[in-house]
Amino acid sequence: MTAVLIAEQVLNGLQYGVMLFLMAAGLTLVFGVMGLINLAHGSLYMVGAFACAAVAGWSGSFVLGLMAALAAAAAAGALVEVVVIRRLYARDHLDQVLATFALILIFSEGTRWVFGSFPLFLSVPPALSGAVMLPGGIEYPLYRLVIIGIGLGIAGGLFWLIGRTRLGMRIRAGEADREMIAALGVNIDRLYTVVFALGAALAGLAGALVGTIQSVQVGMGEPVLILAFVVIVIGGIGSIKGALVGALLVGMTDTLGKFLLPAGFGVFMEPAQASAVGSALASMLIYVLMAAVLVLRPRGLFGDA
Amino acid sequence: MREGWINAVILALLAAVPLAAWALDEPFVITLATKVAIFALAGVGLNFVLGFGGLVSFGHAAFFGLGGYAAGILASHAANYEPLMSWPFVLEGSQQMLVIWPVAIGVSALAALVIGALSLRTRGVYFIMVTLAFAQMLYYFAISWPSYGGEDGLSFYVRNGFLGVNTFDPLSFFTICCGLLLMALGLTDVLRRSRFGLALEAARQNPQRLLSVGIRPYGVQLVAFVISGALTGLAGALYADLNRFVSPNMLSWHTSGEIMIFVILGGVARLWGPVAGAGLYILLEHQLGGISDYWQVYLGLLLLVVVIFARGGVIGVLARKQDHD
Repeated sequence: MTAVLIAEQVLNGLQYGVMLFLMAAGLTLVFGVMGLINLAHGSLYMVGAFACAAVAGWSGSFVLGLMAALAAAAAAGALVEVVVIRRLYARDHLDQVLATFALILIFSEGTRWVFGSFPLFLSVPPALSGAVMLPGGIEYPLYRLVIIGIGLGIAGGLFWLIGRTRLGMRIRAGEADREMIAALGVNIDRLYTVVFALGAALAGLAGALVGTIQSVQVGMGEPVLILAFVVIVIGGIGSIKGALVGALLVGMTDTLGKFLLPAGFGVFMEPAQASAVGSALASMLIYVLMAAVLVLRPRGLFGDA
Repeated sequence: MREGWINAVILALLAAVPLAAWALDEPFVITLATKVAIFALAGVGLNFVLGFGGLVSFGHAAFFGLGGYAAGILASHAANYEPLMSWPFVLEGSQQMLVIWPVAIGVSALAALVIGALSLRTRGVYFIMVTLAFAQMLYYFAISWPSYGGEDGLSFYVRNGFLGVNTFDPLSFFTICCGLLLMALGLTDVLRRSRFGLALEAARQNPQRLLSVGIRPYGVQLVAFVISGALTGLAGALYADLNRFVSPNMLSWHTSGEIMIFVILGGVARLWGPVAGAGLYILLEHQLGGISDYWQVYLGLLLLVVVIFARGGVIGVLARKQDHD
């Protein structure tokens, strides 16, 4: 096991964490501002990936595909918010879980209806394919580096948006006191739709970017959705900073765990058994991490109170 | 209509449909009814914490799956004549339901004790997510642990035995499942009316007040969670026997969602709600599945309508203007 190999795994973990952040940011915003648990967030991720694959396949341009992913996911998010989600804000979490679970069924089966059961393939654009040499002799795929860059850029943009702009001010005010900002003349319904569409667009972007690494298929959003929930629970629900820290923590833990645990058990076990035990434990590792965080801090790392 | 009458109608349907199917020689319908009874039992377990205790557990698939794996592992060891463990003492597998059930109940109760003890430290949305995460943890463990089939699941070829009854006969197996369901309904009804049930109800409505009369909500809720997990685990063992197959799917979050659907579709915190919900779900699955391969779209739409417009589920709508109970 060399330092280069470990460095590569760290970069993989970073890339994974950044993707999780794009998902978790929308979830945590929607929960923080509207108090809504949205299980259908994974479906918006899927919508983004399918839109990107369809448009990129038709036009041959990955950039057009990405724009389509953003637009389709934001539009789907806004539509769902206006038609369904809006009726759920005042309900308890049980109704929200159930209604958004119903939305997943509709989105997943609807997508299967339109695109069929076979996965679509989305290839890395030629300009971004291939590997680059990083200092220290690390050879790393350019595309994954670009993903890390996009993700960190969006994280920065989001912090700026929430912390420095008028919209961000309204979002934070909506989190703190809904009635008060409505009384001050902010159209709260429109604000909620915008926040929801923003979260949806981020999820769609994540779906499109990951779609080139994995295959684009129905149900691809659900594992990511659950990881995104783990992320926001670890970070503290409603906190963007928590989502970023949680996402990087989960991405690193998962990637390094899958890499180091089998190797670690290999020190005192036979290889076949070590890889079985190691990978079984590694797949549980992030949930163990989450349980540990919650036992120590029941409201997450950056949750209030 | 009074809720009592509705319950009586549900019970009559549950008994009459398989008998009619038996008379008409339609074993498939009896199997469907068995599925209803088993799902209803899982729902009764969840309803105990979700309905009466107000604790939204999104991880009951963990107990359903553990019960199923308990049955599958015991049965497959017995079928291969391999002891489960040979050190420090020999532990044999078993194909007797009377052995399997206590093991399934014990394993899932133990898991519920651990999961509940940790999860109940959190509230509201955190509780939902933590229970979900624990179930996912077991799901991924089952997928990546190769000894018992891993991702492919574990099949066993003979349905486990129950005293001298021929359990392969659909009607006999239905009777066993239905009997257990009725016992579980009776148990939850007795518990609900007991001192313990009142404390659980109070812990949902006003934990501070419960604390001030000298009862810690945590303990009450933990015991309820264990009972709930045990009932759902028993349902899992029966489900494994129905299919003679267990797979990580039983542990997946879709299963948790489905068990929740049974409860909500029927009516939260209604004793017979899960039975009505499971019956309706299976009926829809069967009917809509005949109309379109994409029947889950319709199921999703229907579920949305129920959540948004028909609060209180089927029993709630039928028993309109009646209080719970």
